[in-house]
Amino acid sequence: MGDVLKLVAKRLGLGLVTLLVVSILIFFAVELLPGDIAQAVLGQSATEETVQAMREQLGLDRAAPIRYLDWLAGAVQGDFGVSLVSGERVSEAIGGRFANTLFLAAYAAVIAVPIAIILGIAVALFRNSIFDRVANVLTLTSISSPEFFLGYVLILFFAVRSSMFPAIASISDGMSFGDLLYRSFLPALTLVLVVVAHMMRMTRAAIINLLASPYIEMARLKGAPPWKVIVHHALPNAWAPIINVVALNLAYLITGVVLVEVVFVYPGVGQLLVDAVSKRDFPIVQACCLVFAATFILLNLAADVGAILTNPRLRHPK
Amino acid sequence: MGMLKDKDVLLKIRDLHIEGYSDEEWIEIVHGVDLTLHRGEVLGLIGESGAGKSTIGLAAMGFARDGCRISGGSVEFDGMELTTTPKSDLRALRGSRIAYVAQSAAASFNPAHKIIEQHIEAPLHYRIQKRVEAQEDAMALYERLRLPNPREIGFRYPHQVSGGQLQRAMTAMAMACRPDLIIFDEPTTALDVTTQIEVLAAIRDIVDQFNTAAIYITHDLAVVAQMADTIKVLLKGNEVEEAPTEQMLESPEDDYTKSLWAVRSFKREQKSRPTDGSPPVVSVQDVDAAYGETKVLEDVSFDIYPGMTVAVVGESGSGKSTTARCITGLLPPLKGKILFNGEEMPPRYQDRSWEQLRQVQMIYQMADTALNPKVRISDIIGRPAEFYGGLKGTELKSRVDELLDLIELDPKKFYNRYPPELSGGQKQRIGIARALAAEPQFIICDEVTSALDQLVAEGILRLLDKLQDELNLAYMFITHDLATVRSIADEVVVMQQGRVVEQGPKDAMFRPPHHPYTDLLLSSVPEMDPNWLTTLLEERGVDNIGEAAEV
Repeated sequence: MGDVLKLVAKRLGLGLVTLLVVSILIFFAVELLPGDIAQAVLGQSATEETVQAMREQLGLDRAAPIRYLDWLAGAVQGDFGVSLVSGERVSEAIGGRFANTLFLAAYAAVIAVPIAIILGIAVALFRNSIFDRVANVLTLTSISSPEFFLGYVLILFFAVRSSMFPAIASISDGMSFGDLLYRSFLPALTLVLVVVAHMMRMTRAAIINLLASPYIEMARLKGAPPWKVIVHHALPNAWAPIINVVALNLAYLITGVVLVEVVFVYPGVGQLLVDAVSKRDFPIVQACCLVFAATFILLNLAADVGAILTNPRLRHPK
Repeated sequence: MGMLKDKDVLLKIRDLHIEGYSDEEWIEIVHGVDLTLHRGEVLGLIGESGAGKSTIGLAAMGFARDGCRISGGSVEFDGMELTTTPKSDLRALRGSRIAYVAQSAAASFNPAHKIIEQHIEAPLHYRIQKRVEAQEDAMALYERLRLPNPREIGFRYPHQVSGGQLQRAMTAMAMACRPDLIIFDEPTTALDVTTQIEVLAAIRDIVDQFNTAAIYITHDLAVVAQMADTIKVLLKGNEVEEAPTEQMLESPEDDYTKSLWAVRSFKREQKSRPTDGSPPVVSVQDVDAAYGETKVLEDVSFDIYPGMTVAVVGESGSGKSTTARCITGLLPPLKGKILFNGEEMPPRYQDRSWEQLRQVQMIYQMADTALNPKVRISDIIGRPAEFYGGLKGTELKSRVDELLDLIELDPKKFYNRYPPELSGGQKQRIGIARALAAEPQFIICDEVTSALDQLVAEGILRLLDKLQDELNLAYMFITHDLATVRSIADEVVVMQQGRVVEQGPKDAMFRPPHHPYTDLLLSSVPEMDPNWLTTLLEERGVDNIGEAAEV
């Protein structure tokens, strides 16, 4: 176990370095946006003087590297600055929204991951059967349709035609947990449909890939029934690729949900990011991107640790 | 065998036909084989690769690998017709009444589960024993098979146990339900001679003990001679002949069988070192090497003179291939020097000149993986000729033709073909031609014949010998097969655990007194005499063989 802790510490350190590089990329990418930030914030009607004053207030007259270091110094202490549009502190503006996004992602993941893995095992077991083909076609259809389209289809059937679930996922602080689940069901379902296919197909491929192994033949020659061959003999050796693709999809659930949030007017961080980009609210943009980058790094780390923990060669060294 | 009556017949295969699916059509690979096995009898199935041995062995369990099917004939096991039995009933036979021991235990144990968990899977599944009972029984079998720490070893994962121990654990696993029949599919082919002998002794002991019938599949005649009561020889899916072991060894009837028996006859004159004072082509001097922190070579020194073959022998892990990696510069040594014609070479291949690189070429064990399957033969051989010789156009083509002639392949037929279209022996010849294309003085042959059938291997050895005479090549011949050493080596270097334990001219090495380790290696090589194993076990005692032997 000590080895795993050492690895986690090493990867966390590397993650921090990655985060630093990402922060540089983000800062200068925002710099590259065309037009003048002060002008964009104040709008067309601003006078030359007010724009100039805004620039000085924002420190835009200073060189970019200095502003970057300034921003970094603040960010390290948890101070991402102030929103240019609302004047709210960035950490406060993002905090609540990020919690909402995490909630939606967790909601979708709790449904999607078990379904995907169980379906993946089932299609591996009944490979090349009608069931396999139907499951493939359905999941491929859902992954190939754009999320907003899926969202609208779900709204059409579940909200408009049958009014089983609300079309708009408006949630607020005081709601009960059950209420939260009910109101955000449709966006969560949309996300589930989008991510299941990828994980299911990876599970199927990872298992089938192992079926030619001598130890699988051995299991068959010991008289193990087909389900046992798959679940007991193939699956434990297939976890590493499955965990990786699950982690990738979890990251997607957190960072890639902009369209779904917009369709269902869900108050998540994705929507905030889109707004901020269009209004040139760069402190918010930078903070959001940094949070997304950190999410990716942490989930990939989790996937690596998971892959190690499921590998007996690494868990029990000679 | 005459004493065996019909009611003792356990397995009766009649006119078995098996087809394999390739290139979108079913091709027959076993053409009507008959086989009769009595209770407690051991039948040896021998033949070259592609003879259908494994396929027939699996068919005896009513099993066909993916892409194969039993297309005709009958397989009757204890009165039950397996070709028509429903799948679920067949499954109930496997593991309980018919068990299987695979070639590579390391690959056939599931890496995700402890050894004993895999052992007790079948007894639990068939509700023959309760968990604790099954574990106790497993430990008793481990003890019977002389595994070290029998009460503890099962609770390890497969990767924590050595290859020979795993192979014995797999034999124990096959015994778990006390089957009537065990199929041994080349169970010792992947092992070193010293380990092989332990596994052979263990298998024979347990088969005798429980009076289990067995089909023993192998391509090694000397091994089958120790194990089998009856031997059946197969060739390309047909039976050649069958006879009791002693009769088969003494007076084989068929020409093909005779040719198999004659394989080990190739032998050439032993050469001695040149007396004119010319320096060795390659001189390894006091080399130490390590992978990371683990030291794998210690103080290795030997010389190879022009036109001579030096065989480097030892078990896996003894440092043979690592020495080759040091000579080629792939692994720079920690200490010591590599001299080439008396001149010191830079340790890293990156620092060596083209001329130095050209002089040292390699031929690999697995021609399958050492040749790029997507590259034409003419390019595989032409590339080094172009790179080192600067040949182009018609010059290059005639050089490739000349090389193909040298390795006895018709240039017209092979020039434009790709490696996957070739047989194993032909691929290895291409590997030789590729090494020759650079016109080296020295070639490292790394287990070049161990993946080949004996007849094919013999052809390769003869070719290497002919080339040596014509081109005055020096070979470093890495092998664990002492029969090969006997046939072609001039000098022998014996390695153990990264050190050279003994070296000298071949005739001296094969004549006592030996270093104890050399003695162990030599005496562990199976001989054609069916009583060899018995005699050896009597001499040494069952606890003093193989890995456990005191050296």
